[in-house]
Amino acid sequence: MREILSRLLATGGRLRSAVSRDESDGDQLATDGGATVKTTRGDSLRNSLPVEWELVESAPFWLPPVLFAGFFVYGAIAWNFLLSLTDYNGLGGAQYETFDLSMYSRMLNDGAFWQAAQNTVVLLVVFTVLCLALGLFVAILIDQQIRFENTFRTIYLLPMSLSFVVTATMWAWVYNARNGVLNQLLRVFNLEGAIVGLLRPAGVNAEVIQWLSWNTTALAAVIFALIWQFSGYAMVVFLAGLRAIPTEHYEAARVDGASTVRLYARVIIPQLRASAVSASVVLMVFALKAFDFIYALRGSQPGANMDILATMMYRVAFDSLQWAYGSAVAIVLFALALLVIGPYLYSEYRRGEL
Amino acid sequence: MSIRGGNFIDELRSTENSRIGLYALLLAGIAFYLFPVETAVMTMFKTESAFARTLPFAPPGADGFTLDALSTAWNTLRPGLINSLLMAIPATIMSALLGSLTAYGLTTISWRGQVGVVVLIIAGIFIPYQAVLVPLSQFWFRVFPGLAEGFINTLFGFITGGSWQYPSRNGYVQLLQLSVTHAAYGIPICTLLFRSYYQSISEEMIEAARLDGASAFSIYRNIILPLSLPMFAVTLIYQFTQVYNDLLFALVLINEPASQVATQRLAALTGGVVQSFNTTMAGAIVAALPTLLVYIVFGEQFAKGVAGE
Repeated sequence: MREILSRLLATGGRLRSAVSRDESDGDQLATDGGATVKTTRGDSLRNSLPVEWELVESAPFWLPPVLFAGFFVYGAIAWNFLLSLTDYNGLGGAQYETFDLSMYSRMLNDGAFWQAAQNTVVLLVVFTVLCLALGLFVAILIDQQIRFENTFRTIYLLPMSLSFVVTATMWAWVYNARNGVLNQLLRVFNLEGAIVGLLRPAGVNAEVIQWLSWNTTALAAVIFALIWQFSGYAMVVFLAGLRAIPTEHYEAARVDGASTVRLYARVIIPQLRASAVSASVVLMVFALKAFDFIYALRGSQPGANMDILATMMYRVAFDSLQWAYGSAVAIVLFALALLVIGPYLYSEYRRGEL
Repeated sequence: MSIRGGNFIDELRSTENSRIGLYALLLAGIAFYLFPVETAVMTMFKTESAFARTLPFAPPGADGFTLDALSTAWNTLRPGLINSLLMAIPATIMSALLGSLTAYGLTTISWRGQVGVVVLIIAGIFIPYQAVLVPLSQFWFRVFPGLAEGFINTLFGFITGGSWQYPSRNGYVQLLQLSVTHAAYGIPICTLLFRSYYQSISEEMIEAARLDGASAFSIYRNIILPLSLPMFAVTLIYQFTQVYNDLLFALVLINEPASQVATQRLAALTGGVVQSFNTTMAGAIVAALPTLLVYIVFGEQFAKGVAGE
């Protein structure tokens, strides 16, 4: 898993050098190859083609899978957009007759939508920031030339290999009001009563902390569990970034007499910007996909304070059979994802890293 | 792995106290990342009265020990586990193979405009699946059956009498549909993984083969594919975990109880009215077993691979 992830992350870096290299080599190939061997395939055929020979030659490899995936990804998104313009609902088939924006205007007047949108943004931002912070901290700890480094890394990354459904099941038990480990621990330190008292002004009236049911704590509880699951990922990204920093930077700072804290704050962490950006893009997309976790925890009606756009979309479409409205919510979710990855991909493209 | 020679770091960090503090923090990290798993393992061996009475992370006492929860969970999840494997293994292999072919076509052979296709593929990794759910259910439950029926009844009408019906409600058909869906959505990430790997393959070798007159296919078959085997291991393991762990597509595409996958069955167990935490924890561990095994076994291999690099 580590290997995969670090490779995944290294991709950005390798893409950069490789494409520019590819292009120059491609030119060479066209001249060298054409002069010697490709004559067997016929220069006349190659020259008479309206597109590059390389495009034709490589198409059998990439075109069928790209069409297959493209149909399911981009075809389905276009189809989804079309559906969001209809009034399709109920058990019958879709009617593609009238197209308007009525579902979108309905959405703007839907309090549940705004609540879910707000929760989605809060989840996205808080989860990503805290995940990065914890991941960075753990990565720095791991990077201190410790013993059993592999064991520590393997264990820290383990939650990420688990299904959202599995982790949600485990956390439902951790957060259980009566016997859950969290409240039991708080009781050991006599903290449960204090927290209940603290939340009483917020309208809470109970003897035990109901982490998942209370308005004030539900979303925070979800975010905390998700940080537990994915901070290991941020750790792996930052660790790769830390390992790429030349030793001289540490030495120079030491010669200047910088303390460890200053060394990291002034010299090392600023160099981890690229790691932070790529990790946060992936983490934000994880956050947008947190549906499985919330569904396993609370079903498709998690309550207003835990509802995110992903759960709302599923509920509206597949519980209430309001297909067109669900599609419209899905388009908003898609637009949010584009807002996250669009600028990232564009900047990678501009820097020639794709 | 990283060689950061020089003794200065040791000097910088070798004060005894800070090392002890460091390891204390690292051990606290282990407690943090493992406690939900540990409490789950302890709880699944406890009787109903024992898990209400004891601390969640404490082992069950002699009087509170039982395997009943585990056997209940196993019986509930076993059909789901089999379905999950039936669905996830072909989907994973398909994605990896197609991803490898795509990456080859987009990496070792270069042409103008290639980067546009690459951008579309990479963006495909980050799509929130909600944006395709309604079309997916439309496609698999209305459009595709209609097309298949029309096709079969027109071509083989003399056998079917024009009345052949697509078996939408057949459990295996639903699993196959889910598998194909996962295969399609897995292509982008697999392509990305293979692409970064192929970019590190020596280009002289490929160029030499080209000069010898090797076709694009024989270069793939004889050079790229054998070299990709380690990357296939990485991709297969990663993609298997992703597909096996998914719940959303299964919720939408599987509505026959007999063909429910493991995550669906666990979600039903967890969301049940009566919360017997010993049974749900046993269910969580059973459902996690395949990915946990993959992670534990191949995590070590990866560690060796990384150390050997």
